[in-house]
Amino acid sequence: MDLHTVTDVRAARTRADLAGVGGSTAVLAGGSWLFSEPQHHLVRLVDLGTLGWPEVEHRTDGSLSLAATCTLRTVSALSQHPAGWPCAPLFHQTCTALVGSFKVWNVATVGGNIATSLPAGPMTSLAAALDADAVLWHADGTDSRIPVADLVTGDRTNRLGPGDVLRSVDFPADTLSSRTAYRKIALSPLGRSGSLVIGRRGGDGFVLTVTAATTHPVQLRYPGVPEAAELAADVDRIDAWWTDPNGAADWRHAVSRLLAEEIRVELAAPVRGTR
Amino acid sequence: MTFSVNDEPVGGAPRPGQCLRTFLRENAHFEVKKGCDAGDCGACTVLVDDVPVHSCLYPAARAEGRRVTTVAGLGDPEHLSPLQESFVREAGFQCGFCTAGMIVTASTLTPADHDDLPRLLKNNLCRCTGYRAITDAITGVRSESAGGSGVGEPVGAPAGRRVVSGREPYTLDLVVPGLLHLAVLGSPYAHAVVESLDTTAAAAVPGVVCVLTPADAPAVPFSTARHASRLDDPDDTLILDTVLRFRGQRVAAVVAETLGAAEEACRRIVATYRELPASTDPERARDPDTPSLHGEKDAVTARIANPARNVAAEMHGEYGDLAAGLAEADEVVTGTWTTQRVAHAALETHATIGWTDETGRLVLRTSTQVPFLVRDEIARLFDLPADRVRVLTARVGGGFGGKQELLTEDLVALAVLRTGRPVQYEMTRSDEFTVAPCRHPFRVSVTLGGTRDGRITALGLDVLSDTGAYGNHAGGVMFHSCSESVAIYDVPNKRIDAAAVYTNNLPSGAFRGYGLGQVIFALESAVDELAARLNIDPVELRRRNVVRPGDPLVVTHVEGDDLVFGSYGLDQCLDLTEQALRRGNGVAAPAGPAWRVGEGVGMAMIATVPPRGHPAHARLSVDARGRFTLHVGTADFGNGSTTVHTQIVASVLGVDAATVAVVSSDTDAVRHDTGAFGSTGTVVAGRAVLAAAEGLRALLQQRAGANETGAIETGANETGANETGAIEARAGETGAGRAGPTLDFAALLGEDDRLEAEGVADGAVRSLAFNVHGFRVAVNTDTGEIAILQSVHAADAGVVLNPAQCRGQVEGGVAQALGTALYEELILEDGRVTTTVFRSYHIPQLADVPVTEVLFAETADDLGPYGAKSMSESPYNPVAPALANAVAAAIGVRPYELPLSRDRIWRLLQT
Repeated sequence: MDLHTVTDVRAARTRADLAGVGGSTAVLAGGSWLFSEPQHHLVRLVDLGTLGWPEVEHRTDGSLSLAATCTLRTVSALSQHPAGWPCAPLFHQTCTALVGSFKVWNVATVGGNIATSLPAGPMTSLAAALDADAVLWHADGTDSRIPVADLVTGDRTNRLGPGDVLRSVDFPADTLSSRTAYRKIALSPLGRSGSLVIGRRGGDGFVLTVTAATTHPVQLRYPGVPEAAELAADVDRIDAWWTDPNGAADWRHAVSRLLAEEIRVELAAPVRGTR
Repeated sequence: MTFSVNDEPVGGAPRPGQCLRTFLRENAHFEVKKGCDAGDCGACTVLVDDVPVHSCLYPAARAEGRRVTTVAGLGDPEHLSPLQESFVREAGFQCGFCTAGMIVTASTLTPADHDDLPRLLKNNLCRCTGYRAITDAITGVRSESAGGSGVGEPVGAPAGRRVVSGREPYTLDLVVPGLLHLAVLGSPYAHAVVESLDTTAAAAVPGVVCVLTPADAPAVPFSTARHASRLDDPDDTLILDTVLRFRGQRVAAVVAETLGAAEEACRRIVATYRELPASTDPERARDPDTPSLHGEKDAVTARIANPARNVAAEMHGEYGDLAAGLAEADEVVTGTWTTQRVAHAALETHATIGWTDETGRLVLRTSTQVPFLVRDEIARLFDLPADRVRVLTARVGGGFGGKQELLTEDLVALAVLRTGRPVQYEMTRSDEFTVAPCRHPFRVSVTLGGTRDGRITALGLDVLSDTGAYGNHAGGVMFHSCSESVAIYDVPNKRIDAAAVYTNNLPSGAFRGYGLGQVIFALESAVDELAARLNIDPVELRRRNVVRPGDPLVVTHVEGDDLVFGSYGLDQCLDLTEQALRRGNGVAAPAGPAWRVGEGVGMAMIATVPPRGHPAHARLSVDARGRFTLHVGTADFGNGSTTVHTQIVASVLGVDAATVAVVSSDTDAVRHDTGAFGSTGTVVAGRAVLAAAEGLRALLQQRAGANETGAIETGANETGANETGAIEARAGETGAGRAGPTLDFAALLGEDDRLEAEGVADGAVRSLAFNVHGFRVAVNTDTGEIAILQSVHAADAGVVLNPAQCRGQVEGGVAQALGTALYEELILEDGRVTTTVFRSYHIPQLADVPVTEVLFAETADDLGPYGAKSMSESPYNPVAPALANAVAAAIGVRPYELPLSRDRIWRLLQT
């Protein structure tokens, strides 16, 4: 929709152009969330698209850095990447959890999805499940890193401070080499996630990441695949279930426990195939 | 900036925060629609450098130097793309408002994508079709290919080629020089009094032309609901009121050169409010300590049952002796069922453009089902003679009852009369969810008694509906809810207590089925429960208790003789549904121990016309070149009545339906038409068309001289239009195709430039149509998921005048009902709607709707044209109880509340 109060869209060319972000000035990435709701408080947009950030960077240490402006279309395509990460299917799977259509994938960005910080944001799910870090640019010129799982703190709340810009999301090499299992349930077959649970089994053990059903990502970590009862008990200790039109808290809790167990069974099984 | 649209260069500078959708429309690319303006519905889809995007989310400035392709760039009516041809052939649209985006999106898919259509068409929302026809159009399956011309054939919609190529204009698809825009300041409170309004700062916003406050509007009470008689609804509403009775109610309006200025000015209005205690619980609305919303009004003049006690309407009555009937019963079932608020979600939001024409007459081009009724009420509100107001529609992008209201026209009229300039008011999608009336939520308590030999001996209902802040349709929906739903059962003892109450919630209004669906959900669930208790097959229990021709139609007394069995196919519908379920369809339940399977049915009866008359007029003329023009008053909002009207003309006069030009839904077109509600497009307006066509045929016969058979058939020259423009016509038996003498219209007309006949139908005597739905479902006891394995719908539509369209009406009704049954719910917190976008209000998508087997009973109605009965609202009504009954059969626990969402079904299993 038209953002009638916006009187200025500034193309960012350098980091200095990001000064003043916050309050009545917002950064514009894909625009798919910004233009989807009234934004009467905004008068200026700073377009990140002109900064020329490479969407995908493969680092020599095997890690992967996705620019905040990397589109979901590009993320989805990483499932077919020749690097052949064991977790590769997860990139496409999480894109399919976006409430928006595949046409939204063409413009929506990793950074936009995480910074919007909806509990059902699937890029939050992806990045949290793979223990990715968010790289933040602060207004004073310094940078910092924070696990995406910690960055998103609740329904549309996060740890981004005034003037902060999410620059990239970095996926460590060792989590990329983990096997993952993905489960999503909604109130309709392809609806907005009621619960999105991802399991990861790698060198650091077994990690279960619950999103959408909880106001913020919740992770359960084990040195190895836990027993069913232990996992269920730990899921039952989660206290961040929430209710919105996409599902009631009690149901989200119950189905998350169910999905967690399915993931546990899947990842406890030996690897099939010869990849 | 420059970019190209459909390979033509476009210049101009978009505003900084402008999206591509509005920039394209400002450049007269009206084929790009607004369904939601939020990236959820896909109606505005375009290609940017061949990549599909939602143009409402796409910053316009980013189109710089790019190639934009809209649906109009994919083909034109004379040169449609194969995909567009397929949408025409398979009737892949009804109202057609979603079609542009649907086709642009589908144009990017390959045959390899067809298996993934549910995902790839996610958020391409269609509210009309139920998606089966869309799937067929995209995948190239030919199941209902359009063809033929006359009654009984699957004739395609006259506007089809224009709809699929983006050329058919809808309400706002019009260049209006000097157009002003109107925006509304909504109430922040559920109940308050406006103590003061300071509009100084608002009026000072650059571009603002005027600010409209209660002092500027006529203080004439009216109802937003429109009926044949305006006395059907209470006069409880003002155009602008100083008492605010729901959140979002108009406080003031601003008219400005741009929408942005109007909205900015709304934010600068300084209002002081005195908040009043709010009543949002309908169960407590009648309590003595609950504040009354309309307590200051007079019950008689405002037509409110009990203003002090918040009762908009009520009914109490008994037939036979309920207590005696219950005493006779071997089993008694009692239960209380509730239904939720549902939004119509027509893809085109309510919108009006108004102006004054060259004679100074007020003209309103609006998205309405009832142009004549709007005209009459606007004239009354502004104290104008009716002939000083013209109301017309372009093609209407869906209605479902939501446009049997006057919601935008009054403010536009006020603004036009005040400014003398053209003014547009377009509701947003969130307006549709928060301030446009929704389906009445009901609480229905049922008492049902039956004997072991399968006779229902007692039927009691206690019904409460929440009409919200205003009584539009409160009484009509309440009375109708307890009418055919109850009369379908031949039960000797019936009692009904019903009330519609005011609350400080958003107003409820007319919705497909008009109350029947809410009560049918409860009653058909209760009958299912009674069958289980009596250990009788639920279809058999219905068979033993349904009303049959010759039986009196009884609610709480014997209905008047205006309601008759013009034909009766309920027995066939029950048989067809039962047989189809027994036959099965080979679809197995998902694997795993959590799944339980069950079957359920529900049935419904509906009068084919609303009570107390529904006058309709039609005019049919032919000119010297043999061109037929049909004028009708009713509106086609996707229901297909225009198609049927051309078929009727074709059958009566033996011409090709495609050659009949139709002018519809314009108060200038005919003398009067009550409008498109109550499923009357075929059975009432169609009768008027039939009368006009027969009248014109008689005139032609008169002039041509009577022939032996008394029938005349005209037909277009098979080689197409000939040079002289004369059309060959043959006299002979209709449809026999025998060669005969040629009709020379020029000679027949002589001095006259045209020959015309008028037809009138009053809709005073009404028939009954029937629908039965059956489901076989699997329910996952761990997650509450319902998988529909088989969906069967049997309909008694009398003689089906257009099988493709009628199937589409049934499929669309079933899909809308599945939305109600499974997903949709307007959620309110203290009167505030929190589900304000499609992302939080899930309407059925392609992935959600199974293919329904549609079966037709074979009957021929005595009243409808060519034996037809109505079939627009009614398919909706039996679906929710059929599904609930199937779920109950599967899991052994009965649902009492809609929607049957996964979390609710899961919770049923936790006790």
